[in-house]
Amino acid sequence: MNDFRLFACYAAVSVRAQMQYPASVLMLILGQFLTTAIEFAGVWVLFDRFQVLGSWKLAQVALFYGTVNSAFALAETISRGFDVFGPQFVRTGDFDRLLLRPRSTALQLLGYELRLTRIGRLLQGLAVMAVAIGLLDLTWDAGRIVLLIAAILGGIALFVGLLVLQATLAFWTVESLEVANTLTHGGVQTAQYPLDIYAPWLRNVFTFVVPLACVAYFPIVGVLGIDEPNGVPRWFLLASPLAGPLFLVGSLSVWRFGVRHYTSTGG
Amino acid sequence: MPLPSAVQPFISVFAARFLMTLQYRSAAFAGLVTQFWWGAIMTMWLATFYAGGRGNPSVTLADVISYIWLGQAFLALLPWNVDPEIAAMIRSGHIAYERLRPVDTYLFWLARAAAWRAAATLLRAVPLIATAALLLPIIGLGDWALRPPPTILSLVAFLLSGMAMLALSAAVTTLLNISVVWTISGQGIVALTTSLVLVLSGQIVPLALFPDWAQTALLVQPLAGLADIPRRIYCGNLTGAWVPITIGLQIFWSLVFVWVGRAFMERTMRRIQVLGG
Amino acid sequence: MPQIAVSDLTKTYRVAVRQPGLFGAMRGLFVRQHREIQALAGVTFSLQEGELIGMIGPNGAGKSTLIKILCGILEPTSGACVIDGRVPGRERIAHVARIGVVFGQRTQLWWDLPVIDSFELLRDIYRVPELQFRATLDQLVAMLKIGAILDQPVRQLSLGQRMRCDIAAALLHSPSILFLDEPTIGLDAVSKLALRDFIKTLNREQKVTVILATHDMHDIEALAERVVIIAHGRILRDGPIEAMRQETVGERRLIIDFADDIIEMVAIPDGTVVLSRDRRRLKLGFDPRVTPVHTLIGHMAALQSIRDLAIEEPTIEELIARFYTSHGAVEA
Repeated sequence: MNDFRLFACYAAVSVRAQMQYPASVLMLILGQFLTTAIEFAGVWVLFDRFQVLGSWKLAQVALFYGTVNSAFALAETISRGFDVFGPQFVRTGDFDRLLLRPRSTALQLLGYELRLTRIGRLLQGLAVMAVAIGLLDLTWDAGRIVLLIAAILGGIALFVGLLVLQATLAFWTVESLEVANTLTHGGVQTAQYPLDIYAPWLRNVFTFVVPLACVAYFPIVGVLGIDEPNGVPRWFLLASPLAGPLFLVGSLSVWRFGVRHYTSTGG
Repeated sequence: MPLPSAVQPFISVFAARFLMTLQYRSAAFAGLVTQFWWGAIMTMWLATFYAGGRGNPSVTLADVISYIWLGQAFLALLPWNVDPEIAAMIRSGHIAYERLRPVDTYLFWLARAAAWRAAATLLRAVPLIATAALLLPIIGLGDWALRPPPTILSLVAFLLSGMAMLALSAAVTTLLNISVVWTISGQGIVALTTSLVLVLSGQIVPLALFPDWAQTALLVQPLAGLADIPRRIYCGNLTGAWVPITIGLQIFWSLVFVWVGRAFMERTMRRIQVLGG
Repeated sequence: MPQIAVSDLTKTYRVAVRQPGLFGAMRGLFVRQHREIQALAGVTFSLQEGELIGMIGPNGAGKSTLIKILCGILEPTSGACVIDGRVPGRERIAHVARIGVVFGQRTQLWWDLPVIDSFELLRDIYRVPELQFRATLDQLVAMLKIGAILDQPVRQLSLGQRMRCDIAAALLHSPSILFLDEPTIGLDAVSKLALRDFIKTLNREQKVTVILATHDMHDIEALAERVVIIAHGRILRDGPIEAMRQETVGERRLIIDFADDIIEMVAIPDGTVVLSRDRRRLKLGFDPRVTPVHTLIGHMAALQSIRDLAIEEPTIEELIARFYTSHGAVEA
């Protein structure tokens, strides 16, 4: 039973548990869909009045917006275990039980709960993407589609990586540090708009420190087929989604370091 | 001077809730950073919109920036979520004990809601306003800062409007808290209300930037008083006769929500008895 | 070649110290003071395959620290621990695949799921082949009598039922070593007996090594032939229970209920001592090797008419309590 199949087993178990209360799940999905959809309605209102954001039109911004939100929603769906890691596993000592099983702790946490309610944001993201694709006049060849999917997958990897880092903090401090939410939610807020409207230092932080730009801005600019306003070369636009999985690999190293700390200090 | 015995319980619960919320300092600090970030991001993209030169906005960028910072400072005042204490009470069944208190249940919940919102807000508002109004100009980002109100009158009017805002928010929050007792349908009500509140209060986008044809309707609707009206008074966008009119609107809608809340509370309390607590 | 070999194991924790008062709290923001707690101060023992040992010690003695190190979820500060040829902490996954652990107070089952669902998920986690899983499960269900509750969600089970399911869960992958931490805590008398029976059978027939950590002396007496007493991070005693019992061969107590109030000056034979005395009940301590039982009873019967009497030997509990106090482990 390899890791992927085990994850599928975990997912099935989790879905079954949540579907014991189907009405509640649906209501929460609807609620989340409304809340996130309302945010985009705000963007739509602004474009209705101002027509352009810098050099960007609504359809283009919608593509950035939809991609980032979809990636984040999918990342949130599988990362509940890391989200509640501090209070649910470290503080209670339940992490010991994960260590007693012959599997990687990260995998067990990914399988902790498949958060169905996040589908609300996913639906919103996909809907916005659909609107964008509908409004944009692009020919969708294989290259474009692959790049778009790569951006989403890279985004999922990046956001999961951020949540892993946030969870790793729990090994050192009992307090749940909401500052980490700044990076995830704040990151989504920032990256859902084209990054060239921000100051250069911000752009650099989001390219080299937390590579959000690499899984949102650069690949989508590539998908849109336009020249990047600051002269970034095309090959970079195509390769940038790789930063997501690389970031995740880095986060998992930090995680392993955290686990070693836990086992040497007794949690 | 001792307060009338009818009012004392409310004061007590207000004080208790206030002090309790003030304890969560580290979470508040973290939330502060997050909110400051959001405010910064929002000012940046609104500035980019304005820089395009189109759209004929009826408010200046400087005003919108102040508006955004006020919005972050007073975010906790918006009735967009349910009091977790109430949710916990319902889960544990302790909600039945609410009827045992010798006070009017609705007013008790109203006072509790007001205390919760006020306490949570105070913790965020003071540092956020200090940072946005004082720190930013000091480090040379004065253009992105929270400006002071144009006149003393505007400040006074803002404070009055702020109190009406608290009343309106408490009334809507109490309505939400009551809804949660109805579980599934309650969740639906909360979900719907959250979205409406975020939009119609002007939190996501200042109401003044909505399409011109909708302006009157947007000003008159109940949720405008939750954020938009006080902020516009602060920036001096609403002056003269508009001030008492809009504050009057806030108070009017507060009373409406209180009236609806009371009626709803009766039915809900009966349901709690049916559920057995 | 012992299955478990532990030598000179030590474990020191660094704990942050909170300064009292407001000034202390302020200072605490900048300077963190630490205190060192030595949980294990040099533990050495070994276990052969198929042994069943009881591990007891007062709270804070280092029992759970030792168990965690044996399980591989805690690194020792110094010393060696080798189980089945592996160092548990270094080869976590290989090691934990071969052990089963039951914590009395926490379940490892998924709270909202039927028991069988938890079992099947564990089967997938431990990579147990389907046929082997079915066979093992059938056996465990029969031995632990959990057939009727397999379809119930764990949250609906009584404590006794849940404990049986937890034990089954720990054995699904046929581990070679079973760690039990307070398994009978909170159980009713019938469940306790049944559980002890099960553990004894498991150890005897399947040759599963069992380490039982508990406060319950009756568990120890019923199950373990060898007992390890831990206090202050050290092993105070490691040996067969029989040996401990032998040590009390010179200690007996005679409790006599007289028909009438005891006379003022009761003449007891040399070598006996009055332990306690009521209006009609007298408790005497004596050494049966010096004063034979029948001699003593005869002597006392001659003094006054006896209505009832009983002979006691010190319980294991008393012995161990004495151990603790004599070694300063607890206050006398």
